[in-house]
Amino acid sequence: MAKFTAKPNELSKINLTPRRKEWMDTPVEIREHMYCHPAKIKDLQTVDFSHAREWKPADEDWKLPQNWEQIVLDGMQALLKKYRSFQVFMDICVRCGACADKCHFFIGTGDPKNMPVLRAELLRSVYRGNFTLAGKILKKINGARTLTPEVIKEWWYYFYQCTECRRCSVFCPYGIDQAEITMMGRELTNLLGLQIGWIAGPVAACYMKGNHLGLEPHTITSSVELFVDDIESITGIRVEPTFNRKGAEILFVTPSGDLFANPGTYTAMGYLMLFHELGLDYTWSTYASEGGNFGFFTTNEMAKRLNAKIYAEAKRLGVKWILGGECGHMWRVLHQYMDTWNGPADFLEVPRSPLTGTVFDNAKATRMVHIAEFTADLIRNGKLQLDPGRNDHLKVTFHDSCNTSRGMGMLEEPRYIIRNVCNHFYEMPEDTIREKTFCCGSGTGLNASENMELRMRGGFPRANAVKYVREKYGVNMLANICAIDRATLSASMDYWNPGVQVCGAHELVANALVMKGEKERTQDIRLEPLPGEEETENV
Amino acid sequence: MDLKGLLAAKKDAILRKWFDAVLESYPADTSNFLKTKKNRFANPVGYSLTKGLEALFDGLLQGVEIETLSPSLDSIVRIRAVQGMAPSKAMIFPFLLKNAIRGELEPELRGDRFSGEMTALESAIDALALHAFNIYMQCREKIYALQAEESQRLTYRLLQKAKMVCEVQGEDPGTGSSKDTKK
Amino acid sequence: MKILIPFLTVIALILLVAAGVKAAGLELLFGVLIPYAAVAVFAVGIVLRVVKWARSPVPFRIPTTCGQQKSLPWIRQNKIENPSSTLGVIARMALEVLFFRSLFRNVKTELRNDGDRLAYGSDKWLWLAGLAFHWSFLIILVRHFRFFAAHVPFPVRMIEGLDSFLQIGAPLLYLTDLIILGAVTYLFLRRVALPMVRYISLPADYFPLFLILGIAGTGVLMRYFTKVDVTGVKQLAMGLVSFTPVVPEGIGTLFYVHLFLVSVLFAYFPFSKLVHMAGVFLSPTRNMVNNSRMVRHVNPWNYPVTVHTYEEYEDDFREKMKMAGIPVEKE
Ligand code: HEM
Ligand code: SF4
Ligand code: SF4
Repeated sequence: MAKFTAKPNELSKINLTPRRKEWMDTPVEIREHMYCHPAKIKDLQTVDFSHAREWKPADEDWKLPQNWEQIVLDGMQALLKKYRSFQVFMDICVRCGACADKCHFFIGTGDPKNMPVLRAELLRSVYRGNFTLAGKILKKINGARTLTPEVIKEWWYYFYQCTECRRCSVFCPYGIDQAEITMMGRELTNLLGLQIGWIAGPVAACYMKGNHLGLEPHTITSSVELFVDDIESITGIRVEPTFNRKGAEILFVTPSGDLFANPGTYTAMGYLMLFHELGLDYTWSTYASEGGNFGFFTTNEMAKRLNAKIYAEAKRLGVKWILGGECGHMWRVLHQYMDTWNGPADFLEVPRSPLTGTVFDNAKATRMVHIAEFTADLIRNGKLQLDPGRNDHLKVTFHDSCNTSRGMGMLEEPRYIIRNVCNHFYEMPEDTIREKTFCCGSGTGLNASENMELRMRGGFPRANAVKYVREKYGVNMLANICAIDRATLSASMDYWNPGVQVCGAHELVANALVMKGEKERTQDIRLEPLPGEEETENV
Repeated sequence: MDLKGLLAAKKDAILRKWFDAVLESYPADTSNFLKTKKNRFANPVGYSLTKGLEALFDGLLQGVEIETLSPSLDSIVRIRAVQGMAPSKAMIFPFLLKNAIRGELEPELRGDRFSGEMTALESAIDALALHAFNIYMQCREKIYALQAEESQRLTYRLLQKAKMVCEVQGEDPGTGSSKDTKK
Repeated sequence: MKILIPFLTVIALILLVAAGVKAAGLELLFGVLIPYAAVAVFAVGIVLRVVKWARSPVPFRIPTTCGQQKSLPWIRQNKIENPSSTLGVIARMALEVLFFRSLFRNVKTELRNDGDRLAYGSDKWLWLAGLAFHWSFLIILVRHFRFFAAHVPFPVRMIEGLDSFLQIGAPLLYLTDLIILGAVTYLFLRRVALPMVRYISLPADYFPLFLILGIAGTGVLMRYFTKVDVTGVKQLAMGLVSFTPVVPEGIGTLFYVHLFLVSVLFAYFPFSKLVHMAGVFLSPTRNMVNNSRMVRHVNPWNYPVTVHTYEEYEDDFREKMKMAGIPVEKE
């Protein structure tokens, strides 16, 4: 039967496996759904980025500036002189391959140029050809290649398929950090005006309006008003946040995404409730209304320009110290860069918790404390009354954000908090958490929607580990301490593990927090009925 | 021995052939990686493929309802739906099983001793493929939905407020476009 | 091609020296001049390289943290994987350099799934082979000091004793000779056999492997099979270190091959990936203390940048701020 249908083996002939070639001889294929749209001209101009123009990744001609070669080589030279990391990493890789299969993009896409070592070689090959003697003489035998527009396309394509998560760096015997190399690569693409819209837009917005979403001051306050209303309907308590208030003890800075994006909004409500319950003397700022820093995904200089607002605002308001909300890359920047860029913060005081008296010595220079450190200290000192039973409808697992785990080392604080506010907490497999955590797949400004396929593939290793705990323990809530995670993992879970929701650690805190004078809670922070309450309703 | 017995006896060889054929739809450099690592967390794509194919094979052998194979089909299709392949390529994998069986059981299938059983099996595979296509479409639709849902989620409160005051505030979140942009 | 070119290069080098010594009698060149030159290139090259690295500053404090940070006193810090003190960094670097800590991370007892084999097996082998190779290389290097000193120093004798503790054969078999040949062969086979590693490998990755195989191979041949005149070798070596070079008669061609390959390795070192030996100590993700919030790190090239100031911001939004009840500086 079925003699008239094509035989499977004939069908499969369509898919001829490409002949194996050296990677240098394999031209880059710019594939749709794997990249983000180019930046808008006006966004680049807002922050004085050069060579803003209309161009399309799918086009043959990217309209590179006339002297693009010179720009790139001079740029590389300058970066090599400025960063020992870059110079050393260009020289010492032995291509042992230990990092090769550690990247979530490689694991998810299987594209060999997504191996961290090969991603680095994209740049290193040009380095060898132009900056080393052996490369200049031996050329390709020594792994050198000449700079062509094709190479620039390849850089752009693959440096915007790296989320600077540093997982590769953990496994490399010399600590070679592809995140660092990607940053250099992005600096170079930026010199040519090759920026992506999803990064350039928030950067321009943040520069002019103080936050990535471009929220104007009155929009921020009115949106927080909405939270206040919701909190009142859940707890019966009206919290009273202040904005740009001089003389407050603490300035609170958090990613603006949490003011508007679900489920981050619930985390923001958690902050409001916690601070109210503590009677904390703190203020929000509409000028420094962004903890995150998409500038960090363009150039070092841009990152510094955006970051400057935080100290400037702290100084203007005369606060004593700064408290920072849950976010990943925000904390990489605050922890490893802010003080160096815009410090010293000698106008602030060494942070001291007004409730427990704990002095945060670990932040004695930068004078900014992570809210997980702050809350863990509160719980440890018995300052919070908690009812973890209110989270009993949740079986929680915790996703370590790349930046807080590998760029800071914040592993136990959030776990301590979660264990105290939830009764059901399960860890994902060892090799997928803590310093070996898998990226959400959409960091470094790659959380656009046009590259959803890339994101889903890059997010697969993480989702796969969640799937494991879901099957094993029935996990239905993926907690984290990152605003980007809250946005991106929601999509990833929707696709890979429907039914698993995403939340910030302080949403769980808010659920469990017993507030003075609160009414009996029938709803959780999402305004959904608490367990037990549905039944009473049904009765 | 009936066809089922034969298939059960040669299960490993058939699965290997099938798996290899499925991997051929990936570029060589990729398929090499998918083949080498067996770990569920280090190589989730390869893992899901092997486990999924095996479950499908067992299910077909036992003649279970195609619907009950949905989870296994899903674990494969969901991956292939985001791997940038043309639908024809992404969805070829069930058909490759026919090929694998005919290849592996070539001598036994000569003549028509098993032709009845084989026809039945092949239509079961076709049914599987059709079902897989449903899942594929759901996955693709989900991707498009995600793109829309996400932008809503990202601006949830803005939308909520806009609805409340019945006017859009003129924000253009995420794009940073700004009337006030000036130097 | 990637493999053939380096292989043929090493063969050509061997033929070159064999012909030079046997046919042209260039013992002086290969026994004295080239070794001197090679050591000079090595020393100067490495120094220049390190100076070049050191001249690029470390603008930011960017350790890759692989354990719990130091924060609240009751949370146990991982003092080595996330060091907050110089001592911690020293321990971290020592583990890295002496035991290849990071490569070892690959070895992790894996969750087993329905009889899946232990994963990462090959990576464990990488760690083991890497370690075996480097350690035996070091030990062999130290053992060679017996040629350069009139009285063999005690540590060298001790290492020799340990290395030959099996007491097999005459001359006694050194374990490291076996290990280095095995390990380098493994590292080579791994490069060829693992598709991913093969894909990333360059000729420059095969060349040192062949070179070292050549060195170890000729060394083993000299010691166990075709004996060379050891007193002659020692004379030559002593002459070299005391800067009164002599070229004793009749040491044997094989020795010159060995010496020449070593010279090539030395001279090649500073221009190749082998500088990882020095580079690993300068890697900012590993050799820095994670105390960036405790002590301000200074960037030597930090420069002022233009920012959008609060005043400009308020000018943009003053009316809206007032309407929303947000305090402003200028009414
Ligand atoms: C502080 C000293 C050193 C450290 C920490 C170190 C570390 C490493 C590590 C971790 C690898 C990767 C694993 C491997 O591929 O085997 C490696 C590779 C290698 N090392 Fe070293 N090394 C050091 C010194 C040296 C020296 C002195 C040599 C001199 C010949 C050398 C030659 C090589 C070679 C040839 C490879 C490549 C092996 C391959 O191709 O697979 N290393 N080294
Ligand atoms: S682990 Fe490090 S040395 Fe090895 S290939 Fe990767 S970057 Fe290079
Ligand atoms: S930093 Fe992360 S995304 Fe980038 S190459 Fe390394 S593992 Fe991949």
